[in-house]
Amino acid sequence: MEGILNIFIKSIFVDNMIFAYFLGMCSYLAVSKNVKTSLGLGAAVTFVLFITVPVNYLLENYVLKEGALQWLSPQLASLDLSYLSFILFIAVIAAITQIVEMAVEKFSPSLYNSLGIFLPLIAVNCAIMGASLFMQQRAFHNIGEATSYALGSGVGWLLAIVGLAAIREKMEYSNVPKPLRGLGITFITVGLMGIAFMCFSGLKI
Amino acid sequence: MNKLISDKTKQVLLGPLSKNNPIMVQVLGICSALAVTAKLEPALVMGISVTVIVAFSNVIISLIRNTIPNRIRIIVQLVVVAALVTIVSEILKAFAYDVSVQLSVYVGLIITNCILMGRLEAFAMSNKPWESFLDGLGNGFGYALILIIVSFFRELLGSGTLLGYTIIPSSFYESGYMNNGLMLMPPMALILVACIIWIHRAKNKELQEK
Repeated sequence: MEGILNIFIKSIFVDNMIFAYFLGMCSYLAVSKNVKTSLGLGAAVTFVLFITVPVNYLLENYVLKEGALQWLSPQLASLDLSYLSFILFIAVIAAITQIVEMAVEKFSPSLYNSLGIFLPLIAVNCAIMGASLFMQQRAFHNIGEATSYALGSGVGWLLAIVGLAAIREKMEYSNVPKPLRGLGITFITVGLMGIAFMCFSGLKI
Repeated sequence: MNKLISDKTKQVLLGPLSKNNPIMVQVLGICSALAVTAKLEPALVMGISVTVIVAFSNVIISLIRNTIPNRIRIIVQLVVVAALVTIVSEILKAFAYDVSVQLSVYVGLIITNCILMGRLEAFAMSNKPWESFLDGLGNGFGYALILIIVSFFRELLGSGTLLGYTIIPSSFYESGYMNNGLMLMPPMALILVACIIWIHRAKNKELQEK
């Protein structure tokens, strides 16, 4: 239990998706103009992460990893399908985003209206794919750890995008040098936020 | 006049290097651009890999663009890209294992690199294979260019080396020069890219935002 909590806290602050690995940067920069929409996108990313990473974890451990197919028949014990992981992971992510989109549309139209436009875009968000690949690389012990990692990464991403959106809303009123306006100053802001987040490194429960 | 290099193709090939750069102007593919630039060597490998993948996925999608049903085009594109990335990743593991370890998950993340989807959607879906190939090459080079500039400064200032060879003479260190360890940290990549954008936009006034 302690391990799970530790992974959760660590993936929010220390291994933050944005500030430590720059994952999901494209939509992060594009959608962080105001707090409300960025909150919606952050929630959608967290939700999709929460579903896709555990599914990919099962796929990795029961289909792809060397010897993972042993449960099917002992002859398959030496089979290593990990070279298929990119294609399968992205297929799972694309399919799940599609299903999530349809389910949300059916059961909660109001949520769909606020998230709707972002959901299809999430399939190509590097943060989702990145979390699955990090999950594969770090070889979590059980599905609980993988889920808490996914949830933590999502919350970290949400925190980062809402923070940036709030700063950008305030920055509307400041006098930024012309060539830096827009993209340039946003990069510098994210860099400074990243330096601030560096103070969490080494955090442990 | 050689027909292959008309004015339009020239623009398709060279535009992405500066005026239409994928990172600085189109804001595509930033994730991997920042993460692999702490050293020059992985940045070079990443630049080459992305160029190859963009060029060939552009050609493939352009060849089959008329047969892809509109509703599932994103999934078709993802599958083509994922297949190419798998090939590149296996080649890297076989011939450049050290670099592929350094790049870790970022090779796989080329699949979700926005440059690929951006170019496929914006160019390959509506252009002929040869032009799409040039567009892919151009955008790949534009991406590699930024990677090389950023990683050059980060490696030089952060660890005093280039491609692993020591550049800063030892007499500098004796007289009190220190490597700036902060340059190797992730946030500095963002700030360096911001400086590049700053210089680029100061030169190209039409790109400035109001």
